[in-house]
Amino acid sequence: MIEFSNELFITLVFLSLCVFMALIRVVRGPTAPDRVVGLDTINTIVIVGMVVFGAAFDEVIYIDVAIVYALLSFISTLFIAKYLEGGRF
Amino acid sequence: MVFEIIIYILLGIGVFFNILAGVGLLRFPDVYTRLHAGTKCTTFGSIFICGSVVLIGLKMWYQGSTDGSVLAIHTVGALLAILITNPTGAHAIARAAHRSGVMPVGAVVDDLQGKTVKKTGKKKTKGAKKKGVKK
Repeated sequence: MIEFSNELFITLVFLSLCVFMALIRVVRGPTAPDRVVGLDTINTIVIVGMVVFGAAFDEVIYIDVAIVYALLSFISTLFIAKYLEGGRF
Repeated sequence: MVFEIIIYILLGIGVFFNILAGVGLLRFPDVYTRLHAGTKCTTFGSIFICGSVVLIGLKMWYQGSTDGSVLAIHTVGALLAILITNPTGAHAIARAAHRSGVMPVGAVVDDLQGKTVKKTGKKKTKGAKKKGVKK
């Protein structure tokens, strides 16, 4: 398991690099939908990172947390999109 | 040994596509092209990374640990959640961006100018059509 853990930790380093690049877009996006796009990308990468963490530490409960986080981030994305659209809720 | 090589290749493909999503999010000039990069590449990369985690779980299960099967099945559940929710969210963001008035970067004419009708406007057009038919 230890030699797998090294590979998975290198993967996690690159995934955190992706989160940092999306965070730059969230900070300096010109319009509001740009920031929402960056936030959606960060959510998906965090879900994948939780799955990789669950495999690296050999804990199944992290993957359940990832499933719940996926559904909640989907609801939050739909809510922000509805707010930008300007319609009634 | 072959199993480990397959796992490394799948992890490499997934990480490559996720980094491509980050670079595209930084370099593209427009909301819609950024959405294209940030959603599709992330979905495609997460398929491969979750596939490698499923293979790790199957290998653990083959070696005699019962935790491995639970790891594989729950990872498939997380992958299904990503595959269902990610394109739907991208569609909602694109529709919201178009309705809030953001144009593509080189666009001159908006073809969908009056075609995306909201719910309050839809009823009025229906009633007008019926009146026109009766007359």
